[in-house]
Amino acid sequence: MRFFRSSRAGVDPISGEQARAAEEDVRRTVSATERTRRGWFGRMSGVFSRSSIDDELWDELEEILLGADTGLATAEHILNQLRERASAGQLRDPDAVKQALKELLVDLLKGQESHGGKLWSASAGADPPPPPAIILVVGVNGVGKTTSIAKLAHKYVQDGARVMLAAGDTFRAAAIDQLREWGARVGAEVIAQGPNSDPGAVTFDALTAADARGADVLIIDTAGRLHTKFNLMEELRKLRRVIERKYPDAPHEVLLVLDATTGQNGLAQARTFAGIIGVTSILLTKLDGTSKGGIVFAVTDELGIPVRFVGTGETVDDLAPFVPEDFVDALFAE
Amino acid sequence: MFDALTDKLNAAFRRLGSHGSITEKDLDEAMREVRLALLEADVNFKVARQFIADVRERALGAQVLQSVTPVQQIIAIVHDALVAVLGGEQAPLAKASTPPTVIMLAGLKGSGKTTTAAKLALHLRKQNERVALIAADPYRVAGEAQLASLGKQLDLPVYGMEGEKQPAIAAKRGIALAARAGMTAVIVDTAGRSQSDPEMMAEIVAIRDAVQPQEVLLVLDAMTGQEAVNAATEFNAALTLSGFILTKMDGDARGGAALSIRSVTGLPIKFVGAGEKVDALEAFHPDRFASRILGMGDVVSLVEKAQQSIGEAEMQRMEQRVRSQKFDMQDFLDQYQNLKKMGSMSSLLGMLPGISALKGKLNVDEIDDTFFKRSEAIMLSMTQEERRSPQIISGSRRRRIALGSGATLQEVNQLLNQFTQVQKMMKMMSSGKLPGMPGMKIPGFGR
Repeated sequence: MRFFRSSRAGVDPISGEQARAAEEDVRRTVSATERTRRGWFGRMSGVFSRSSIDDELWDELEEILLGADTGLATAEHILNQLRERASAGQLRDPDAVKQALKELLVDLLKGQESHGGKLWSASAGADPPPPPAIILVVGVNGVGKTTSIAKLAHKYVQDGARVMLAAGDTFRAAAIDQLREWGARVGAEVIAQGPNSDPGAVTFDALTAADARGADVLIIDTAGRLHTKFNLMEELRKLRRVIERKYPDAPHEVLLVLDATTGQNGLAQARTFAGIIGVTSILLTKLDGTSKGGIVFAVTDELGIPVRFVGTGETVDDLAPFVPEDFVDALFAE
Repeated sequence: MFDALTDKLNAAFRRLGSHGSITEKDLDEAMREVRLALLEADVNFKVARQFIADVRERALGAQVLQSVTPVQQIIAIVHDALVAVLGGEQAPLAKASTPPTVIMLAGLKGSGKTTTAAKLALHLRKQNERVALIAADPYRVAGEAQLASLGKQLDLPVYGMEGEKQPAIAAKRGIALAARAGMTAVIVDTAGRSQSDPEMMAEIVAIRDAVQPQEVLLVLDAMTGQEAVNAATEFNAALTLSGFILTKMDGDARGGAALSIRSVTGLPIKFVGAGEKVDALEAFHPDRFASRILGMGDVVSLVEKAQQSIGEAEMQRMEQRVRSQKFDMQDFLDQYQNLKKMGSMSSLLGMLPGISALKGKLNVDEIDDTFFKRSEAIMLSMTQEERRSPQIISGSRRRRIALGSGATLQEVNQLLNQFTQVQKMMKMMSSGKLPGMPGMKIPGFGR
């Protein structure tokens, strides 16, 4: 995936460097989901080594899906389709069920690829917005927003873009210091005011600075907020208005950061954030330590918001584009 | 989520009710619904299965099927079983025989350890402990600055890494310094880690061995899914935990993780964190939790939500207005706006128990917020004088208000009638004549 489509620096978006990077991304996804494979599909292969399709197979499949946090609605949705095809005689043995399950999972994720924002959706390549590309990053507390922003900034900087970060998390102790430190490490300028300053004002400053200094990308950090906090969610609405007043077609992407260990509440989060500020893309973090990842299926199935990136580890390099085939393939790799 | 369980169970039993007696098969159907409620709350699927088997047995033993109100009986059994699994006495924190008492926090990344450390410190300080925070996290960018800033904010001493790379050594040194400074309790804040990272797990075992804690608490996000059980068992295996602290309970996560970790490890949940403010640490209440997991109405949470979004002072002011029978249109408008702050009407109604029974008569999902917006617009088109003394609103004033708010004259009249009704009700309530609302505490509606 091209991270950056509208560089003032005129960098060729697909260089040899990036081809290597793409391979590296696949390797990362494979290794990050290794535990998932061992945990999840390790059991899966046990299920598929049965000799025939019986009730127990379906029960076990359901438990496996549930155990991976897909949620009951998604699990039933997937299994019902498989069951129908099995009873129509299209799936004759457990192995055929496995193939069909794999296809369904890929289809489910791929169905949303064309949706999304003006930067990263498949159709955006033809008509990229003029710089600066403005990305608003949101999520509940503790999902890893700031680290994800650093990783994203790093990718863009590597692509030759001039990146600016807005320290919109003015609430959490030392969040501004943290972003400053990351900015220095990855080579992105950080626009910040003091702790407890108004995030709207910080954003306005950053928009002005991005314009004046010719930034290619502006990534706006926000304080983590539970989606149930009315006033905090209204603050996001205001932030969006501040951006729209200066750039009517922005933010070009509203990136929701989701923690891969989150259970069914992940859906409520995505639903509420989407309703209030219009989420266009999802970044899934902490895939390195968990044996799950099923929330991805639930979110795309129910909300149609595409997953664009996965955070796969601790360093700034540990961010991979989310590629449905790779993700599902990696899950199934023996 | 809205009264999900009750609705589904009712539907399941209604189907059977039409055939006369209720069979064991019907019970199984109902158990399936309970299982769904548990899974939607992120209860571990194995724990859910075991739980269902236990409840089924109890239900058969209690002859639920012969009872006149099987649904209520089953819900009561499930609720009680949940309380039993979650329950027991509130587990107090251990104390060292020679101070300082060392409390160590462990957890996944982003679970809220540092915030919890600060909350716990304040909790202990209220019990007259002299508390210090010890940083044992060399990784987090600006992590020490975060702890230092919290320490400054709360006026707590913080002993940092001071350039030491080994958290075990830094923590031990910090505790020694804290002891010398006369501290009676210290809280060791460790880096977030995944139980699947062997090096990081070895590191935290080294920290534990160095600091010899009286309490090792796993801090867990209430929104965690099926992963909660893995984290709890593996952290427990490595560190021998003494209990849990569940964070971010102020969201709408139903927190099934609590049931799972308690049931898998047998260890108590000692506290829950509910809010971003540093005093938002509470003892754990099994009964409230059980209702929450089942998606049943939760009046306590409704009141808390009101307190949180409206504020205690405003609630008292409103109550005063009602009591003194001075409730006017301005107060009516304030009420509207307060309600709006708490979320959508249907989500609020969802917290009231028994609403599902009314559903046939009152389609709750269709109560949208446009009606409220419209009423608000009408009230905002009145002058302040008109809101303070609505009786002066004459025919010409009504026309002006209708024009100003884009409403019809009828709508304005309707609202004024509605207000008169509410005013009457308020008078009855404040004089204690309103029947049927015992013990209900709704903001501004008296106690």
